[in-house]
Amino acid sequence: MHKEAAIREPLILGHKTYHDISSDIIRPIEDKAPRMWYVLFTIALILGLYGIGAILYLIGTGVGVWGMNKTINWAWDITNFVWWVGIGHAGTLISAVLLLFRQRWRFAINRSAEAMTIFAVFMAGVYPMIHMGRIWMAYFVFPLPNQFGSLWVNFNSPLLWDVFAISTYLSVSVVFWYCGLIPDFATIRDRVKKPLQKKMYSILAFGWSGRAKQWNRFELISLVLAGLATPLVFSVHSVVSFDFATSLVPGWHSTIFPPYFVAGAVFSGFAMVQTLMIILRKAFHLEAYLHTRHIEYMNIVIIVTGGIVAIAYIAEFFMGWYTGIDYENFAYMSWGNATTEYAWAFWTLILCNIITPQFLWIRKLRRNLTATFIISLIVNTGMWFERYVIIVTSLHRDYLPSSWSMQYPTHIDVAVFLGTIGIFTAFYLLFARYFPIMPIAELKTILKTSGESYKKAQLSETHEENH
Amino acid sequence: MADKILYAMYDDDDVLKKGAKLLVSKGIKVSEVFTPFPVHGLDPIIGIRNTRLGIMAFIYGLLGLTIATYGMRYFMIVDWPMDIGGKPNGTYLENFLAFVPISFEFTVLCAAHGLALTYFLKNKTLPGVKASNPDPRTTDDKFVVELRASENTNFTVEELQELVKTTGIVELDQRDI
Repeated sequence: MHKEAAIREPLILGHKTYHDISSDIIRPIEDKAPRMWYVLFTIALILGLYGIGAILYLIGTGVGVWGMNKTINWAWDITNFVWWVGIGHAGTLISAVLLLFRQRWRFAINRSAEAMTIFAVFMAGVYPMIHMGRIWMAYFVFPLPNQFGSLWVNFNSPLLWDVFAISTYLSVSVVFWYCGLIPDFATIRDRVKKPLQKKMYSILAFGWSGRAKQWNRFELISLVLAGLATPLVFSVHSVVSFDFATSLVPGWHSTIFPPYFVAGAVFSGFAMVQTLMIILRKAFHLEAYLHTRHIEYMNIVIIVTGGIVAIAYIAEFFMGWYTGIDYENFAYMSWGNATTEYAWAFWTLILCNIITPQFLWIRKLRRNLTATFIISLIVNTGMWFERYVIIVTSLHRDYLPSSWSMQYPTHIDVAVFLGTIGIFTAFYLLFARYFPIMPIAELKTILKTSGESYKKAQLSETHEENH
Repeated sequence: MADKILYAMYDDDDVLKKGAKLLVSKGIKVSEVFTPFPVHGLDPIIGIRNTRLGIMAFIYGLLGLTIATYGMRYFMIVDWPMDIGGKPNGTYLENFLAFVPISFEFTVLCAAHGLALTYFLKNKTLPGVKASNPDPRTTDDKFVVELRASENTNFTVEELQELVKTTGIVELDQRDI
């Protein structure tokens, strides 16, 4: 059995029993939702409907309603797509990679991070779909037999790899998430009193009974799915970066893109987890399960991945200069870009992504919730700007000066972006209200090794033995 | 067939493990244990062998890899070879690098979904299935050991009860079926 040093900071604070864990996590589902929940849900819903309206207008009119032009032919749509996919990275990374490394602190955050992943990838999926223009032809991205003769999709294209990567990632994440949810749904099913709730959760629980053999299989599939999902996490964002890296555009055609995109995705994903979890733990009174130790660990991941991103920026900057090619001087990481029209975007990116996370080297700030919350918001903004800068500013200086252009977002650009944020928030609020936001069963497995009261008992025992 | 089932309830996983060990050492067959979370080290005591679902995942993965390989070879090499910008698709091997990402993704897709489906079927956890845990508290903080009279013919029901009571249980329930 896993042992943890008694002097190490506990993962579960206070004196908790197994029953307390069930009660603490299920209470928000049983109780009436606080008024704030309804306020937030309404705002999210309005934003979401606004976005849906904009999307319908876009589909009815055409992609021309976006603020793109012949030079800058990819802008907010793909920026938002990559941003959402990046956010959707932390969930499976937390559950899969941290499971393989047996990091038990993941239990505080894995369930909600996975939910965040799934909803974020949904939102990401919206953009390529509406970008097709004729969304009713979206099924053409799959290699289906069709009436045009042997017309197949092009398997040499990174855009098609993306279709397979994102759909695999989404569906495997959903399966992984749901398999973990089943035992917790069973706990809720056996606990709630209202008939409708009981009925709903018995359907969701799939008849889980907690037999020894079921748990044996449960543990194995968690491990195997984690093993399968881990390379998937790295492959998905690598493939997203291939969309750019295999092109011929200066600023995009870098071999460094795959690892750098993956690090950036983890960076932004963890920042989003921090943003959401700091609110959730407060709203649902889960301070005993998610506290400074967890926050600090996540902040350490943010410093490391932020560091990788910073080094990648420097490498890009150096390589662009070192080639001595004029076109490279307008790529996103270049002196040309840092001093011309898009300097504001460039320096926002540097400020948010490189300078701000450095504050996390200070232990006090790393363990401070307010500071972490603010830094996480800044990192999220910075990561949006990173994609914007890579995509738009690399394109805005074309080979011919006559084609040079600027990108100005239209009302529809903004509306679709805000709309996806609204829909995401609405989904997330529904999840927080009706689903167990922490894995109840798995938290119980670490109670004896990492619960505060058990650690104290263990300490006093060893103390007595020494005398 | 008429049978008597004993449900012995524990409120701690360590007591449960000790209890199960004692029962098994006396030659009693433990037919099932219901727990709220995976209790490590319990399976070997009550004689549950490790699941072979992992092997199934490997087989599903191989299946996915095969389908992806044959599919892409058919679409891109056999049925409709393309020549874009003077760069023909050529043979499968010449074009192999471009097929790596999707081969990998499809392998994972088949392995993960095949594994999950098999898991649901083997576990008999499917939408609409009724739960079979004897007490609702077994998904919260109680652990229940199930003993069947028909599987322990060397003991009378009373003997079983006496033995079970020595293992630190909190409740004992008996049902006839």
